[in-house]
Amino acid sequence: MARFVFVESRDPYESADCRHFLDLIAGVRRRSHEVTLFLVQNAVLAAREGASTAGAYSDLAKAGVAVVADTFALRERAVDRLAAGVEPTGIDRLVNLALTPQTRVIWH
Amino acid sequence: MTIGKNLTVAIMDPPYESATTATALRIIDAALRQAQVVTVFAYEGAVSLTMKAQQPQANPVKGTTVEQEEHPTTKDWVAGLFALARQTGAKLDWINCGLCVDERGAGETIEGPRRGSPKDFFEAVKLSDGVIVIPTR
Repeated sequence: MARFVFVESRDPYESADCRHFLDLIAGVRRRSHEVTLFLVQNAVLAAREGASTAGAYSDLAKAGVAVVADTFALRERAVDRLAAGVEPTGIDRLVNLALTPQTRVIWH
Repeated sequence: MTIGKNLTVAIMDPPYESATTATALRIIDAALRQAQVVTVFAYEGAVSLTMKAQQPQANPVKGTTVEQEEHPTTKDWVAGLFALARQTGAKLDWINCGLCVDERGAGETIEGPRRGSPKDFFEAVKLSDGVIVIPTR
């Protein structure tokens, strides 16, 4: 089992390929790898509670993906409620994840 | 806390264009606060982040002076990272791609960055415990 950290910086309202990125993440998780989805910048907008896209993040969390959102990006965008399964976290967690052995970081 | 591991970060976005710049610098900041060894490979437009001649600006629309505006420059942010490394005992090795520097005339930098090549990135990756490549769009 390998570890993957997928960093999403875009939101699906501006980039249609965000959906394919989520498909990729779900596929990697289905292969039983340890997967984290780290939302930064405008990507946090799509994980707002009530957003039309929020369910996709909750589904990933239910599938065992750790879905986290950068607190700095959340504060900048006044997002204080997240979809079920999405947890706020600091950017230092991304550093720790990147330094965890056998981990690949993939940025979108 | 992880101490003294090697993290390599590759960045490509030029200054003042993308939120990615702030995110990348925050990642580097977080690593330096953990006393990690951080190698930054600035490629393409990112070599301009450390250009010494950057100047803050006033805001004529608001009528504020340079001092009042406190306009941030990326060279000052990067200088702050070097200062942080000295403070925490971390190591920051900032490499600007030489070919990219020449193309952009970005050779006059603040104190700290050095000139290198993609080979330096390759060597840094081989020695790294973790790698984050942040591409442009």
